[in-house]
Amino acid sequence: MEAFLDTFFNIDIMLQALPLLLKGAVVTLKLCAVVIVLGLCGGLMLALGALSPRRWLRWSSIVYIDLFRAVPPLVLLVFVYSGLPFAGIRLSPFVAVVIAFFLNNSAYFAEVFRAGITSVPKGQSEAARATGLSPVQCMGYIVLPQAVRNVLPDLLSNTVEVVKLTSLASVVSLSELLYSANMARSVTYNSSPLVMAAILYLAVLWPLVRVISRYQRGLAVN
Amino acid sequence: MTASRTMLEIHALEKRFDQTEVLKNIDLKVGEGELVFVIGPSGSGKSTMLRCCNRLEEPTSGAIMIDRERITDIPRRDLDRMRLKVGMVFQGFHLYPHMSVLKNVMLAQVKALGRSKPEAQARALDMLDQVGLKHKADAKPAELSGGQQQRVAIARALALDPKVMLFDEPTSALDPELVGSVLKVMKELREKGMTMLVVSHEMAFAREAADRVVFMDGGYVIEQGPPDELFGNPKSDRLKAFLSRVSGNEAA
Ligand SMILES: Nc1ncnc2c1ncn2[C@@H]1O[C@H](COP(=O)(O)OP(=O)(O)OP(=O)(O)O)[C@@H](O)[C@H]1O
Ligand SMILES: [Mg+2]
Repeated sequence: MEAFLDTFFNIDIMLQALPLLLKGAVVTLKLCAVVIVLGLCGGLMLALGALSPRRWLRWSSIVYIDLFRAVPPLVLLVFVYSGLPFAGIRLSPFVAVVIAFFLNNSAYFAEVFRAGITSVPKGQSEAARATGLSPVQCMGYIVLPQAVRNVLPDLLSNTVEVVKLTSLASVVSLSELLYSANMARSVTYNSSPLVMAAILYLAVLWPLVRVISRYQRGLAVN
Repeated sequence: MTASRTMLEIHALEKRFDQTEVLKNIDLKVGEGELVFVIGPSGSGKSTMLRCCNRLEEPTSGAIMIDRERITDIPRRDLDRMRLKVGMVFQGFHLYPHMSVLKNVMLAQVKALGRSKPEAQARALDMLDQVGLKHKADAKPAELSGGQQQRVAIARALALDPKVMLFDEPTSALDPELVGSVLKVMKELREKGMTMLVVSHEMAFAREAADRVVFMDGGYVIEQGPPDELFGNPKSDRLKAFLSRVSGNEAA
């Protein structure tokens, strides 16, 4: 028992590793912020494209969405970071991660937005257009607010996925939370830093996951 | 009533969805301040005709004039300005569920008409008062009965000062005891001189309030005239058959 605690819950080592882990956590947060904001914006644009009456725009959006939902994000990341240099494009780990995860995430967010927009009854936009609102105003004031409300749990779930996804960035040596924890593990010959990283992820994501389940239960009741 | 001038004119209107011809050579005039009723069996093209009048549906050919402007010639990107002149009320109300009643009535005034917020709010409260729902201004649509929702929808359209009001079966989705409140608002509107084109199955209301009744079937206007004449002395067999079917339903 003592050996177990010593290997996984060693307080001294945790304290020692704390500054490094916090630095990693900051990188993870930055990464999440950039990827989530870009993913949401890109996803919305793609969803609008996929629902556009213009054929070429619709088809190219749908192809993009299907493609990047099908390719594993780790494959994308390794390709962007290690594959592109062969074409003379060399990116920093951070930029490579942002690009790879943007491609993946925007496709997922697009699918969620698209489901949300199509869930709003057609009568809503017809009523709005009949009062002289422009297509953009109709989308912004009438359709999107209802669409987002209808798919809020899915948007949040997707956001949780993004946060978890960022741990993949450790494979390209970006010193985010997992990478820093693993670094601390190899220096201290002790797994406690990894446990601490897991606890940090848990601390951020558990409340979010709770909110999602409550919200989904609420929707089921209504 | 002799109409002083024509407010809405439909000329040789045709509408096709892919291969199906839904409207065939429709001619119809509505004078200023007139209330014209459109009746006809399901699928006869009543909604489609109404929706062509604000270009929610694109006519295949023909012309529609509103207040002497040929709205069928307006380029698609300029439709919004025209739609301000044409109020529309739907069978399903279509109030915006995420906004208060007051916001529902204010939104297009501010965003499409360019009124200031205080001005739009004053106007919205005025309109809500007119339909008897000023006290519900802060409620959400879901908290209202169907009849109340439809009256808010009417207020939302009226707040933009339209020249013509189009009603597509405004009472068909309502419980019978709520129909009266909506018809009362429509009657008051007529007394104020609003030009109205109404698709509805409320025959008693047509008799009482309509200046003219138009009977459509199979995409054609078959017969039209004052309500007494049309209901009392139908000429075409199709109208006779339709009227006996409808009165049969009402008796049942
Ligand atoms: N968007 C559309 N695409 C294809 N066909 C359509 C479309 N809208 C209407 N139609 C067809 O046009 C015909 C007329 O429809 P419309 O809704 O105008 O009839 P209506 O007289 O309003 O009937 P109801 O009393 O049932 O409302 C119907 O046969 C319908 O199937
Ligand atoms: Mg109809």
